[in-house]
Amino acid sequence: MTFELSHFNAALLFALCASIVFGITQRSTARDMLRYGAYCFSLFIGGVIVAAWVMWFIKH
Amino acid sequence: MANPQSTAVARNDSAAGSMTYVAPIVGWLVPGLGHLVQRRYIRGVLLMLAIFTMFFAGLGMQGKIYAPNTGDLLDILGFIGDVGVGALYFIARMMNWGIGNIHRAVADYGTKYIVVAGLLNVIAAVDAYHIAIGKKP
Repeated sequence: MTFELSHFNAALLFALCASIVFGITQRSTARDMLRYGAYCFSLFIGGVIVAAWVMWFIKH
Repeated sequence: MANPQSTAVARNDSAAGSMTYVAPIVGWLVPGLGHLVQRRYIRGVLLMLAIFTMFFAGLGMQGKIYAPNTGDLLDILGFIGDVGVGALYFIARMMNWGIGNIHRAVADYGTKYIVVAGLLNVIAAVDAYHIAIGKKP
């Protein structure tokens, strides 16, 4: 069985799974877990988009 | 004659004491189980879903599973990361999954997915330990 994902979708899935674990393990209350998970997810995706633009500017 | 209340407290202490060993070990063996045995059902199921998804997505992307080795430092670290996922690692090795495919760029992502699934599972097992010792609700 093989799994076809684009690079961005692979980054999205990675960010989602890692953020769930970080949110649950690094905070104590349900509300804080949700907020921290969302914060980590946005940093992951933001980092991907910034890195992509940096690479685009290096190339051009 | 023993006081029934103190006997019950001692029994609870002994159960909590054994949980400090059981929770991180079962949490390492099966992702999320360390939380499930302590009745943190939602957290346990979410951790299980996240780690299983990462591991099997990594395998699906034809990622590589590292065998025990004494070669390159990155290969050794890859093995340590992979072992973090517990029983899934041993099952994958027995079933000969995770051969890897150097011809696909996404296969390298898959390798990283599998390593990170192991590392996240270690964090989850440590969290289960913190719950067992009462450091976390």
